[in-house]
Amino acid sequence: MNATEPKPTEEILESLADAKSVFIVGCSGCPVGCDVGGEKWVDEMTAAVRGAGKDVTGSALIELLCNKALVGIKLGRIVEQVTAAEAVLVGSCGVGVQAVGNMVARRTVPALNTICLGDYQGLWPGEERCGECGECVLAYTGGLCPITLCAKSLVNGQCGGTGDNGECEVSPDHPCGWKKIYDRLKELGRIDDMRRMIDPRDARKRAIPDAIRRTTRYALEVSEQEDPAPASEE
Amino acid sequence: MSKLQQQLEAGKFVVTGEIGPPKGTNIEPVLHEAEEYLKDNVAAVNVTDIQTAVMRLGSMALCHMLIDRGIEPVFQMVCRDRNRLALQSDLLSAAALGIENVLALTGDHVVMGDHVQATPVFDLDSVGLLAAISNLEAGTDMGLDIKGNPNKLDGVPKFFKGCCTTPCSPTPEAQMIKLEKKVASGAQFVQTQAVYDPGAFENFMKMIEHIKVPVLVGIVLLKSAGMGKYMNRSVPGVQVPDQIIQRLTDAPKEDRAKVSVEIAAEIIRQVRPICQGAHLMTLGWDHCVPGIIKQANLT
Repeated sequence: MNATEPKPTEEILESLADAKSVFIVGCSGCPVGCDVGGEKWVDEMTAAVRGAGKDVTGSALIELLCNKALVGIKLGRIVEQVTAAEAVLVGSCGVGVQAVGNMVARRTVPALNTICLGDYQGLWPGEERCGECGECVLAYTGGLCPITLCAKSLVNGQCGGTGDNGECEVSPDHPCGWKKIYDRLKELGRIDDMRRMIDPRDARKRAIPDAIRRTTRYALEVSEQEDPAPASEE
Repeated sequence: MSKLQQQLEAGKFVVTGEIGPPKGTNIEPVLHEAEEYLKDNVAAVNVTDIQTAVMRLGSMALCHMLIDRGIEPVFQMVCRDRNRLALQSDLLSAAALGIENVLALTGDHVVMGDHVQATPVFDLDSVGLLAAISNLEAGTDMGLDIKGNPNKLDGVPKFFKGCCTTPCSPTPEAQMIKLEKKVASGAQFVQTQAVYDPGAFENFMKMIEHIKVPVLVGIVLLKSAGMGKYMNRSVPGVQVPDQIIQRLTDAPKEDRAKVSVEIAAEIIRQVRPICQGAHLMTLGWDHCVPGIIKQANLT
């Protein structure tokens, strides 16, 4: 399971500031376990967005937003509602936000912060990876994660290491994450998003919070993932 | 105020040089080169910070030794090796040692160097580092006291803050936006990545016309045709035009250094009207600096 916590409503509304219309996508997978998913969350967000004077063109609840194929199928059925919106607000881990961003030609805005659980990447991840940094910036990076795509996890734009073919200095096989973000923002007509100053990261949010480490659920999930250690014969 | 800042503010076309600390403690050769060829010819000398992630003696120590010899240093700082505690601490140390110019850089990734197993830090990016320097100058660090207020410093540093940009990047607009953010965070001058194509540089300078900070064009001395080809293949954001490589190929071996100097001086002469200075990176051929300056008519 991916652990998520809600961003403050003011922060969500700030990242939607220039969107007059919003489509809302909730995940009924992991976030439900953290009390930030499901129908209740979609209703609350719809009310908050409408309360800020914006039009909500529709909403959808999808079982596992990390499953890009499922996202494509489900949103494909209501594509008019999605494309009628200027931005898509997504309530899921960073993998889900990026999966939605890859499926719709719209700006995707995260409503949640993904908390570190030890680089667990959802149940059906595609190429999207979430850095579990707890301070999701996908609203300003074209729905592409700079923490996982950039070799240096830079948050304020590319360094000087972008090659002529858009490759990163670390390897010809590693595309520059910020070149990807730049290209996506260009497609979305949102280059100004790159001008947003992003503060240095808070490393505490990157560590697995003690509160989560102490839960039974965490103990169960971690013990399920790990092979039982062979008995030592010391 | 540093000599570099004074000269730029006076509108002089400013020349800076660059030295790299040795891998080991044998500092005499590099200090000798700096005294012999740079001291009387450039306004300030950059000292690289574990350049290309190849472990070396530190930038701050060599900066201090330059000051002792009457040479003004530019202390380069990369974000690769130190977290925000160490970066801020080193800035205070640098100020206490009399270092006035700082160049804030992201830094090459560790996999580019000779300690590929090392942890890449990047706790701050270059924008965050510039903001941290500005913060220190305002008398506070990045931390908070128990009441949640920024910690106050006992004694406040003052720097002339620089940054880098890559004019010939495949995405110049993205470079421009990052440069805007660096200047908004406190950068007061720019030293660019190597430029060999005056046309591309001119386009970039037009693009960044609205950013009001002096720009020193980056000149990396091309020592051979092979080096030009290597840079085209392996150094991001640098394009060496074929005709420059051809000139070096055609030059007889004994004339190659002369041709290298000619090429560097030509580029400077061409871009001089559109920028505020030149940053000479001679990669150990410091003895070429006086020749470049003379041939570029900068004396």
